[in-house]
Amino acid sequence: MDSTIIIEKSVIIVAVFALTMLMAMYSTWAERKVAAWLQDRVGPNRAGPFGLFQPLADGLKLFSKEEFEPNTPNRFLFFVGPAIAMSTALMTSAVIPWGDKLHLFGRDILLQATDLNIGLLYFFGVVSVGVYGIMIGGWASNNKFSLMGAVRAASQMVSYEVAMGLSMIALLMMTGTLSLREISAQQAGMNWNVFYQPLSFVIFLICAFAEANRTPFDLAECESELIGGYHTEYSSMKMGFYLFAEYANMFISSTILAVLFFGGYNYPGMSWAVENWGVNIANVLGFGALFIKLCGFIFFFMWVRWTIPRFRYDQLMHLGWRILIPLSIINIMIVGVVILRAEIFAYLGF
Amino acid sequence: MIHIPDFANATAVQIIFCILAFITLLTAFLTIYSRNPIHSAIYLVICFFSIAGHYLLLNAQFLAIVHIIVYSGAIMILFLFTIMLMNLNEQKEVHKPRITRLGAIVSFCLICLVLIAIFINSKPIVGEYTATGEDYQSIKVLGKILLNEYMVPFEFASILLLVAMIGAVLLSKKEKIEK
Repeated sequence: MDSTIIIEKSVIIVAVFALTMLMAMYSTWAERKVAAWLQDRVGPNRAGPFGLFQPLADGLKLFSKEEFEPNTPNRFLFFVGPAIAMSTALMTSAVIPWGDKLHLFGRDILLQATDLNIGLLYFFGVVSVGVYGIMIGGWASNNKFSLMGAVRAASQMVSYEVAMGLSMIALLMMTGTLSLREISAQQAGMNWNVFYQPLSFVIFLICAFAEANRTPFDLAECESELIGGYHTEYSSMKMGFYLFAEYANMFISSTILAVLFFGGYNYPGMSWAVENWGVNIANVLGFGALFIKLCGFIFFFMWVRWTIPRFRYDQLMHLGWRILIPLSIINIMIVGVVILRAEIFAYLGF
Repeated sequence: MIHIPDFANATAVQIIFCILAFITLLTAFLTIYSRNPIHSAIYLVICFFSIAGHYLLLNAQFLAIVHIIVYSGAIMILFLFTIMLMNLNEQKEVHKPRITRLGAIVSFCLICLVLIAIFINSKPIVGEYTATGEDYQSIKVLGKILLNEYMVPFEFASILLLVAMIGAVLLSKKEKIEK
């Protein structure tokens, strides 16, 4: 293989990794600021200007805290749990197209770690594996509240994955491809998928909340019933990893939502910018557009957290199995009819 | 006779295959061997991941990802879920009677005999593989083949799954009525 490709891909991978970590760090700060704003408080304001160094202080605190371990027969699995949660949260970013391409040093550089032709399925696969971190950690804690949290997380994930997969099928019936790069490219101009597939978008959004274990679906760590859920027994940086993985998941879910439904790196007038300002500037702006879109989604995640109270467990299952799955099947039928409308009209003799 | 591979001149793919095969066999063995059912399930998950790795070595990306989604992402999670709910312990393990153990040993020896006979008598035809560059694994090709040539078996498989689903719903409904 060409050594320049290896260097190029390594730089992109490290940059994406750094971006994910940075966004996860500052999501914790943003969450507290948003919460404070919604509740008419000030929020973190001591460490640095506007409390901007608060995540660093929090990280330092988590690292320097005492490691406490429960008396568990599964010490190894207790360690592995947070590691799985963290690594699966970071793996998804590999297939996300952050921009079209840059023209640097006489070569085209794709702003994507890898362009799999099954990118959407890869995302889905990694998300479905992500629950192992919670399950294994919760079980190895040797605590009934942790176990309850783990079991809840597992059933919730499996239930909402079905609806998520069905809503994706409706989308890819229309796009005809599983590659996230091609899906982004198809939405050039203002042909965003959200205008063509609003129902699919709503179902996907709800399932993304459930998959990221965010309120109103955070029954796995429901404080009022389960103390802390699956991370009751965790302390220090292991606990930090679980929290970090949640914010990284939220960041990746927001990015996937922006890429699939809100045009990815496309913005109005992009083709004009490419012609007049050159490829590089247009695509840096494209990355900026994607960044603004995903920040909007992150804000939406936080907004919902401080607005809607947690569901009861039976309500969660009712929503997943009796509302979202039938809705997504109806959506698939509608999309199929619309795609084949010419054939159907011809058959009926119009 | 049994073909002994040339380890000194192995290519990268062969080395990866050997490592993956080792992981697959080891975790499959540990699945049966470990006494804790949760450990068994976790070893089985690792085994499934290594099988997905084998698919990737064969350049079948779609199959690998679907394997991970279906087996590791759904079936094994439900398995773990059930085991955690039932809270199986080592103490509750059923002790098999002596005749069953004897039967297991005898059948294992017979299987080994058959396998050795197969390996000795088979003449593996390992010719030169050439990359034709033909696309045989992407979803477009798979979809066309499944819905043209293999339409009937495909539909039968979906009916089979539907029947299983209805059966499961029926079984769980029945219990509710009896209460």
